[in-house]
Amino acid sequence: MIEIKNLHKSYPIGKDSLHVLKGIDLHIKEGEFVSIMGSSGSGKSTLLNIVGLLDEHDEGDYYLNGQLIKNLNEKKAAILRNKFLGFVFQSFNLISYKTALENVALPLYYKGMARKERLKVAMEYLDNVGLKPWANHLPSELSGGQKQRVAIARALVTKPKVVLADEPTGALDSTTSDSVMELLKDINDEGMTVFVITHEEEIAAQTDRIVRLKDGVIISDELTRKQPQAV
Amino acid sequence: MKFLFDSDTWQEIYGSIRKNKIRTMITIIGVLWGIFLLVVLLGAARGIDNNFKKIFGDFATNSVFVWTQATDTPFKGFQKGRMFKLKEKDIAALRVEYSDEIKLIAPRNQTNNLVVHEFKSGNFKVSGDYPVLDQIQKKNLIYGRFINENDILSTAKVCVISEDMYKQLFDKKEKAVGEYIKINSINYKVIGVYGRSNGIDLDGDTAFIPFSTYKKVYNTANNIDWMVITANEGVDIVQMENDIKLTLKSLHKVHPEDERAFGSFNLGTQIAKFTGFLTGMQFLTWFVGIATLIAGVFAIGNILLITVKERTKEIGIRRALGATPIEIRQQVVLESVFLTTIAGMLGIVFGGSVLYLLDMFFGQGEDATLINPTVNIPIILIAFATLVILGTLIGMIPAYMATIIKPIEALREE
Repeated sequence: MIEIKNLHKSYPIGKDSLHVLKGIDLHIKEGEFVSIMGSSGSGKSTLLNIVGLLDEHDEGDYYLNGQLIKNLNEKKAAILRNKFLGFVFQSFNLISYKTALENVALPLYYKGMARKERLKVAMEYLDNVGLKPWANHLPSELSGGQKQRVAIARALVTKPKVVLADEPTGALDSTTSDSVMELLKDINDEGMTVFVITHEEEIAAQTDRIVRLKDGVIISDELTRKQPQAV
Repeated sequence: MKFLFDSDTWQEIYGSIRKNKIRTMITIIGVLWGIFLLVVLLGAARGIDNNFKKIFGDFATNSVFVWTQATDTPFKGFQKGRMFKLKEKDIAALRVEYSDEIKLIAPRNQTNNLVVHEFKSGNFKVSGDYPVLDQIQKKNLIYGRFINENDILSTAKVCVISEDMYKQLFDKKEKAVGEYIKINSINYKVIGVYGRSNGIDLDGDTAFIPFSTYKKVYNTANNIDWMVITANEGVDIVQMENDIKLTLKSLHKVHPEDERAFGSFNLGTQIAKFTGFLTGMQFLTWFVGIATLIAGVFAIGNILLITVKERTKEIGIRRALGATPIEIRQQVVLESVFLTTIAGMLGIVFGGSVLYLLDMFFGQGEDATLINPTVNIPIILIAFATLVILGTLIGMIPAYMATIIKPIEALREE
């Protein structure tokens, strides 16, 4: 699903440049539940952004669903994001003046789905995360856990190949964190590839495979004890 | 184009406008003010223009008067200082020579005489005229009719008098039409009474009698005192005046460079001075209006730029969710166009209402300062179209700014 070979990325800082990713090799198969662990500055967010087509890599090859990602223009990137990727962010990134339902329906809007159908599908996904009664509430009227569940519903609504979660529990307390992770696990059980970034051991431990990143290189890549059925 | 008719597009715009009510309102006011000013100023200018037109009123404004004076240059054996008179055949000659330029031409003879009715009398101007005078200066007839062709042919002893003359010569409520009055001891039947004309009145209180009758009674032979000429639409009146004088000079054996022999008065050039002023005012109106409009549109661009900045993160989210840069740009431009359109429509409506009020307070009655202050629909449509086009163009700047930033940077923005 995701194949990364010798990936390099550096950011210019003044005259110098900061080498963030120094040759990453990573292969994630379809249906895996992977977490990327690392302290801040390890390059894990950069990796996610590149995988999520929000950023471009400098060197190396990146295949998404067998397609080589190279010199994408913004339009192509947007279409690929819409088609293959679902994002879950630490700060939820819901649009504040749209209701939970409209937020979930937004990716379908960019997919070109008609409004009625879109809202119907969005409602199904909102129901799946247990928020049907809150469909017409604005994000400001929802709790953190609820917001993240809306965000997850939004990430799933286009039936993406990969769900990318950047510190999905970073802004939540432990109970809600668990329920969010539970939700991600359920999604993974349904066969979706889930890619989580975290710096919390407990969160990483709930995934099937932990990739540890330090200073832009992978220092370990191991399966957790709890073996997935697929592999 | 499909996205324009997509209810979702409008839902998105409604959403973002509803979120920013105050800024939307302020933005709208900027443009509204521009088009409002344009409409009101143009309307008011039109009102003043109409008022001037009313002052010139029923007199054909493209008229020239020509009369004779003493020559100032000896020519063809004639001494200088020769006095001569315009002839009836001059009229015929001019009519043939300038058939394309001349619309109406009329000879006139005038004198002052005592006019008597029973025991009342007064000294009034008496004028021998053709029916065509009624076309050059519309006679505002209260009773009866003006002189007609039959009167000319039959050299009828009929006259048309002014309302003031009627008041001086007749008793109150006495019928004038059909009665006889004496002009220079000759009886004339009154066939019409005219009221004051609108605007310029060169004749004042005059008893009009048929030209042929005048000729016979006052024994003027083929001489005429002066002539009135009206030009066709689009004819250069000054050029025509000079040409006609040159023709007359040759007909009367006057030196072509004689400055004094023919006197003339060109109403057209006098009026051109006024209309020049009006044109200047209209130009100023357009200038001010359009400048304000542009300022308003820039305000929209400016505010949208701020909004785009404010919404950087939102735009980042949308792009992460699969919005293409074109979709983002379309939305920003459409928002700009939508705001300008709404503002434009409101401005036109308010401007129209103010013109309506101006008309109500200043446009009614005899001495109204503004007459029918209106703006032509095509002008409104052009202004409106310009506004929408400007709105589109200016919207492209924030639209470009919205997509120039990478989605990853947009998402990081707080």
